[in-house]
Amino acid sequence: MPFSTLSSRLQETFRKLRARGKLTEKDVDEALREVRLALLEADVNYLVVKDFIAKIKERAVGHQVLASLSPGQQVVKIVNEELTSLMGGAQSRISLASKPPTVIMMVGLQGSGKTTTSGKLALHFKNKGHRPLLAAADIYRPAAIKQLMVVGEQVNVPVFSMGENKPVDIAKAAVAHGSVHGNDILIIDTAGRLHIDPELMHELEEIKNSVNPHEILLVVDSMTGQEAVNVAAGFDQQLGIDGVILTKLDGDARGGAALSIKAVTGKPIKFAAMSEKMDGLEVFHPDRMASRILGMGDVLSLIEKAEATFSEQRAKELTEKMRRDAFTLEDFREQLAQIKKMGPLDQLLGMIPGMGRSNQMRDLAVDDSHLKRIEAIISSMTVEERRNPDIIGGSRKRRIAAGSGTRVQEVNRLLKQFNQTRQMMKQFSEMEKRGRKGKGGFNLFR
Amino acid sequence: MMLRKLFSRNKRDEKGTAQGVTAQEGSDRETANKTEIPADNSVDVPTQAGLFARLKQGLAKTRTGFVDRIGQLLTGRNIDDSLFDELEEILIQADVGVTTTLELIGRIRQKVETERITDSSQVRELLRAEITALLSRDHRPLALPDHTPAVIMVVGVNGVGKTTTIGKLAYRFKQGHAKVVLGAGDTFRAAAVDQLRVWADRVGADLIAHQEGSDPSAVAFDSVAAAKARQAEFLIVDTAGRLHTKANLMVELGKVYRVAKRELGRELDEVLLVVDATTGQNALSQAKLFKEAVPLTGIVLTKLDGTAKGGIILALANELRLPVKLIGVGEQMWDLQDFDPASFTDALFN
Ligand SMILES: Nc1nc2c(ncn2[C@@H]2O[C@H](COP(=O)(O)OP(=O)(O)OP(=O)(O)O)[C@@H](O)[C@H]2O)c(=O)[nH]1
Ligand SMILES: [Mg+2]
Repeated sequence: MPFSTLSSRLQETFRKLRARGKLTEKDVDEALREVRLALLEADVNYLVVKDFIAKIKERAVGHQVLASLSPGQQVVKIVNEELTSLMGGAQSRISLASKPPTVIMMVGLQGSGKTTTSGKLALHFKNKGHRPLLAAADIYRPAAIKQLMVVGEQVNVPVFSMGENKPVDIAKAAVAHGSVHGNDILIIDTAGRLHIDPELMHELEEIKNSVNPHEILLVVDSMTGQEAVNVAAGFDQQLGIDGVILTKLDGDARGGAALSIKAVTGKPIKFAAMSEKMDGLEVFHPDRMASRILGMGDVLSLIEKAEATFSEQRAKELTEKMRRDAFTLEDFREQLAQIKKMGPLDQLLGMIPGMGRSNQMRDLAVDDSHLKRIEAIISSMTVEERRNPDIIGGSRKRRIAAGSGTRVQEVNRLLKQFNQTRQMMKQFSEMEKRGRKGKGGFNLFR
Repeated sequence: MMLRKLFSRNKRDEKGTAQGVTAQEGSDRETANKTEIPADNSVDVPTQAGLFARLKQGLAKTRTGFVDRIGQLLTGRNIDDSLFDELEEILIQADVGVTTTLELIGRIRQKVETERITDSSQVRELLRAEITALLSRDHRPLALPDHTPAVIMVVGVNGVGKTTTIGKLAYRFKQGHAKVVLGAGDTFRAAAVDQLRVWADRVGADLIAHQEGSDPSAVAFDSVAAAKARQAEFLIVDTAGRLHTKANLMVELGKVYRVAKRELGRELDEVLLVVDATTGQNALSQAKLFKEAVPLTGIVLTKLDGTAKGGIILALANELRLPVKLIGVGEQMWDLQDFDPASFTDALFN
């Protein structure tokens, strides 16, 4: 990956910075130089980066360093928070017209993914009990109408088409057709066009003026580079867009365009498209996008995965135990079992910042067979031993090793790991108590 | 050699068979130029805070273009750090990428020092020379072999302009009265075959197609067999757009290539990666992974009629040594040009 060196350099810089009471200007500069590079490599627009870095610096210098965070991590935390809030804080949805049909107009450059996304959006609404209608207004690209018809068939949503008539007439007729047939949502797929093409931009204005769309959504390829700002500003100035859908996020693009677009238009990113399949439309999470742009790994996805696996109740109990420092090897074993359910370990670790890509992780060599041995060791302990591992001395260790078919060293290693984990968790929960919003990605059991 | 004579047109100086085409190109570019968004930027941009206001100004500035900016930047100034900083800004904003930008600027700094350059306008020439050299290093025009059929395979991520480029290429070859076969290797995307069929009809090429959802390798096999049997001069094989990170789809692409190669009895003449000029740094990852799957011979840079500068090809040339062979400058069949390093560089400056 072209970014691996950069993000490991980023991690390295942060490691180098020693824990101090306050962030000095030099600490901040050093960390921000790397952040700047990371953002540029993620295709965030140069001017957006410049402004952003200046803002962060203002906020970070003189900031109190939390005891458990190094200055570098602290800067990243601030960067992450600012990125998240700049990208829209909360999720935004598509607003529906009080008087149906809700007309949604899909616009964007050529090849950005409008047709496929129109189909996905239709399915999204259909699944929510609506009766969407798709309208084929791309009369220019060969077979574009046919493409939308096939897509409509795939999601089982009707498609209105009128051959190669004027798009504005197609749009008007589609609205009429929709009201007659009881469709409460109309999604108009328009042809891709350049924001600097006056004729075709005028065509969109005509459609807009004649059907009064409730939402005009700009579809943007997440691989877009520095021009994203001009494209978004162009469409927004001429049409007034209501939101953005970011496509092709299932690739490895860091997607800095998301930030650039939000910064110049102020319009929310409403959905993220993650697959060629019709159900691949997801609600946009600004916080995840922030860590993706920074190359910090998708910590939040990890948390969500964990949440989906651990029951809410159990998670609360565990958190409570950690607070009280009453976390036992039994809990540890249960956790391991849960982690195993979450998916292959290497994949999970890849989501943790700095882990997937660092060699360090390879040294740890946590693979699934390793997990099995750990489970075997814990199973060979008595309940008493699991609840209170401090009582495990030399002879108990030999017995446990023999019982689990492992060696004493392995038992030792496990006990050591367990103690470290307990230590770490204590730190996290203290940090949380100290009142920072816990958005840093540490409260795995939120 | 027949082929070579027929098709080595499109070098700006050889109008030849492309008379009508060139006229079209000219008028098209003209309209494109006229439509530049004015720099006064009086339209209302919704703003949230001071950040947006400042950005707005910045954007107004970028609109005047790479071009004028380098000109403005490099006349009558001191050669100092701030000049290089601004140069860096211009290159990065053209999607050249941090690594390649820093390398280019590093080399220029060094030359300024060793050659004791004090005139800032000379820096412009240095930069132009560096960029042209980088783009020329591995430059090779589109292969026009003596044997037939010449086989071209077109690959790339979704929506970059593969099918359109194939239509344009077929049009170019048909202008030279060649027999052209198109292979509809995108059996995945809805109506992809219909799209290519429209192009085939439009330019008068043969189309080899299977049903949607069928094996693309089988299409490649049949296309090669048909091109040979019909004694076509050219076969161009379309493929489904795919993200380079999808391992299974890249394996499938490798198989399409191998099947075509086996039936042809030699390597294909060109395997072209289509890159959208609007693409940012991700193009590097695309090129790397496509190159691992199939033996890429070059790049087609599309959508240069937009506002994107396509600076990513500097990074591609620098880091992956992939030459650009063709550029797409619009949606019409004549909107395809041979890539010329010097004129591309000039376009960045003039
Ligand atoms: N402005 C402009 N548009 C282009 C150019 N080349 C292609 N397009 C447009 O880009 C869109 C996508 O082009 P396609 O040729 O369908 O792209 P593709 O790579 O075959 O797409 P998939 O097969 O879906 O992956 C179409 O609307 C084309 O008209 C170009 O040079 N300039
Ligand atoms: Mg195609």
